[in-house]
Amino acid sequence: MLRIRKLPIIGFALFIIVFPWIAGTIPAIGNYPDLMIFAGIYCLITIGLSLLMGYAGQISLGQAAFYGIGAYVSAILTVHFGLSPWFCMVIGMLIASAVAVLVGVPSLKLRGHYLAMATLAFGIIVFIVFNEEIEWTGGPDGISGIPGLSLFGFEFDTVLKYYYLVWFLVFAAFIFTINVIQSRSGRALRAIHISEAASSAMGVNVSRFKIMVFVYSAILASLAGSLYAHYLNFINPSTFDLFFSIKLLIMIALGGMHEVWGAIVGAFLVTFLSFEWLHFFEEFEVIVYGIILLLVTIFLPHGLVGIPGIVKGWFRR
Amino acid sequence: MEEFSFANQLFQYLITGLTVGSVYAMVAIGFNIIYNVTEIINLAQGEFVMLGGLIMVFLHAVAGLPLILAFPITVILVTLVGMLLDRLAIRPIRQPSVLTLIIATIAASIIIKGTAMFIWGKDPFDLPAFSGRTPINFLGAVIQPQYFWVIGFLIVTVILLTLFFEKTIIGKAMSACADNPDAASLMGINVKWMILLSFSLSAAIGAVAGITVTPISLMEYDRGAMLAIKGFGAVVLGGLGSFPGAILGGLILGTIESFGAGLISSGYKDAFALIVLLAVLFFRPSGLLGSVEISKIKRF
Amino acid sequence: MRMKKLLIVATCFLFIGIVVGPALAADTYKVGAVFSVTGRASFLGDPEKKTALMVADEINKAGGINGKKLELIIYDDEGDATKSTLAVKKLINQDKVCAILGPSLSGLSIAVVPIAQQSEIPLVSAAASYKIVTDEKTGKQYKWVFKVPQSDSMAAEAIYSHMKKEGITKIAIITGTTGFGKSGRSELLRLAPQYGITILADESYGPRDTDMTAQLTKIKGVAPQAIVNWSIGPTQVTVLRNYRDLGMTNIVFYQSHGFGSKKNIELAAGAAEGVYTPLGACATPDALPANHPQKKVAVEYNKNYTGKYNEPVSTFGGHAWDALNLVVDALKAVGCDRAKIRDYLENKKGFAGQHGVFNFSANDHNGLVWQDAFNMIVVKNGDWAMAD
Repeated sequence: MLRIRKLPIIGFALFIIVFPWIAGTIPAIGNYPDLMIFAGIYCLITIGLSLLMGYAGQISLGQAAFYGIGAYVSAILTVHFGLSPWFCMVIGMLIASAVAVLVGVPSLKLRGHYLAMATLAFGIIVFIVFNEEIEWTGGPDGISGIPGLSLFGFEFDTVLKYYYLVWFLVFAAFIFTINVIQSRSGRALRAIHISEAASSAMGVNVSRFKIMVFVYSAILASLAGSLYAHYLNFINPSTFDLFFSIKLLIMIALGGMHEVWGAIVGAFLVTFLSFEWLHFFEEFEVIVYGIILLLVTIFLPHGLVGIPGIVKGWFRR
Repeated sequence: MEEFSFANQLFQYLITGLTVGSVYAMVAIGFNIIYNVTEIINLAQGEFVMLGGLIMVFLHAVAGLPLILAFPITVILVTLVGMLLDRLAIRPIRQPSVLTLIIATIAASIIIKGTAMFIWGKDPFDLPAFSGRTPINFLGAVIQPQYFWVIGFLIVTVILLTLFFEKTIIGKAMSACADNPDAASLMGINVKWMILLSFSLSAAIGAVAGITVTPISLMEYDRGAMLAIKGFGAVVLGGLGSFPGAILGGLILGTIESFGAGLISSGYKDAFALIVLLAVLFFRPSGLLGSVEISKIKRF
Repeated sequence: MRMKKLLIVATCFLFIGIVVGPALAADTYKVGAVFSVTGRASFLGDPEKKTALMVADEINKAGGINGKKLELIIYDDEGDATKSTLAVKKLINQDKVCAILGPSLSGLSIAVVPIAQQSEIPLVSAAASYKIVTDEKTGKQYKWVFKVPQSDSMAAEAIYSHMKKEGITKIAIITGTTGFGKSGRSELLRLAPQYGITILADESYGPRDTDMTAQLTKIKGVAPQAIVNWSIGPTQVTVLRNYRDLGMTNIVFYQSHGFGSKKNIELAAGAAEGVYTPLGACATPDALPANHPQKKVAVEYNKNYTGKYNEPVSTFGGHAWDALNLVVDALKAVGCDRAKIRDYLENKKGFAGQHGVFNFSANDHNGLVWQDAFNMIVVKNGDWAMAD
């Protein structure tokens, strides 16, 4: 498990690169690249969350707040002040990490359900601010007219261009995260997950590591939020409510919490299930979604990335 | 217009806050019963409240059963749902970690909510108040008779539960599971049965909360999640596993919301309650009445 | 090993995509719709979807449009901006519809305006905000976007001018924290000075709150002449019940146009008696005088809807009726030509719909004036009646 192989990553990268060209030739999935942009944006958040939950063992039910902070900072600064989107994106990440330190220092001392509730409360408070501060955030009607992104005169104005931008960033985050996991810090994180007391005795600065991972996950979520805002050109608070935080948790659980791959598979699956595949069930959509979630929880305790292991087990018998 | 002084207003906020808080407290007690035996926070707890309200509407207001019959039948039906939840969603899980169990309760709440939408549709329903709607004037505040029912049922629930846990063998066995499941199992206590029982009990309490609050707030299929979160807040504020803590937590949250809405800003009232919750947690990481020692031996 | 996993995932995606892909339909007029059928705004999208399906059914039973069948493609956005945007794009690029109805919510409609503008497809929104059709920078109407609901400012003007007539000058407002409530609140605050009205208290409540006694207690303390309650969903009824229980019935009570379903009178359990509310014609067909221009369509719509779905009409369903019938009229006249549909809609005059007589123009893509679009209604004996 510790060694991360390069081959699957290269294979996945190739798949991502050629996918839009395949989808372009099949009318029935012509909108899939568009969906993949959102899947990629969610991947950014779940990669960070997976490091926090699966590796450092800290739960967060407030991740939507950082996603929202990124989106709102980008939207407010570009729309109200006309600043450059890239600059705003960085400001968003800085603000998100400052907030993460502020919230994380007292919160990460809490354990288990107390931490879950604290992060949940934080998420709800941030949502209420988005909803109430109409002068800045537009209230429930949101902010429209957020500019698109461009780099040295190159406009990311089509689905295809934005697709490659988002996925470039996802791979950057993915590879960076994998390197962190394989480094000394990664071992320290896993040690914290297993036993805080033991790792502390071994000389690991537990609280510093926890804060660092929390900040890292906040930065990724904030980046995702900025990308979302500049792609949709519109944001409103309901995108960043606590149900989105729960949805992120579901992505991680469905994909598999103990591997970064799980974060990616989970984000894909939930995006496509909720945006496309379950439309067919109309009003039953919610029930089917719940049943899928329950079945995976019962039969695949390690999430979808656990399937190969189970299949291997069958052959060994 | 009659005189309506500031003192009267404050008293009115207090009464309203205690009533809303009683509902939160009942949800919180339900959380605790399951938590004590399993360490799970059952996020489908709010759905029990919703089901209690809607089934009661169906039996009492639509099918015309008298209150005295419809009440116990509703509680029994919701209890059955609680049992099903344990049998279909919790027990089948092969490698239960706390997080997978929580996800299972989220999945269950999604399914229950979706099914309720299918059965009752998306519209809210009303239930006649148990003893009429003529408000009572008391110290200048206006009190709906239903308020007394909500607070009263909280008190009755607390008394019955105390008797159950202190005086009956099963109740003592359940407390034993809560303290140390392995030891309890060695003593011949069937832990699986205890888990089933905990789900039944907390479903029943959720149903009571739903039945009593519906005449005040109406009930519709998607009310459960918000109630679950408020109850979760209450249980954490009071300290996980502590029954007095759950009641205190619920009443405090309800009261802060009410005073916050009345005195400061109604848009931010939920935020006040949560800020107070966070402040408490930062100074007392195990809640107001939670024990630090116990929280250390719990896995979650 | 992982390569295999990847392959499995990839093939699954492709397979499911192909199977679930839309079926091809021949020789029909395709009209797309994006409504919030489930989720936080289902009180809007649910009646809208039902109404649109019913209207399409009636049209097809009567032989379709110019001999062609009307094919309605409805997506549920669940009140979510991402879903709504994706649905609109899919309707344009994959389903290749002639025109789009919806979205149901103002925010989501504003979000898809640039897409409709860029793709040059007529979009008839079922949401209220004036920002949907008006470019705030230039003050001009968006070329491709129309909306059928009355603007919230119209409801506020209807309420305030009624107050003026009744000699009410000191009021309290209590609004929901949802988009509907917030937009109402800002219109009420903005227009109050023009009508010589002072707002003594400005309270709000969440869409899932249990009890609003605290807010009303505060209002009771400032003793206004009237209260305006502006929100949608069950909580607005809870406010009304709390108001009655607190013994405040000596204060005149105004509801917003979000109150326009008879279910709300029932749920209020008597507390709605004497409450004023500005409503479009479709909510109160029986209360309309016989010579009212919308009497016929309103009565017919109510009869058919209640007959088909066995539930009372909600005023929001009427928006879907207006939007779809406008588009159908356009299709009848010019066929499935997006540019011609747009031109037709912009010049449409005297269209008697469920929410007013619409007179569109290049400067008005809403086509309504409040005196026409709202009737001041009072609840009398558990039913709607015209005020005065």
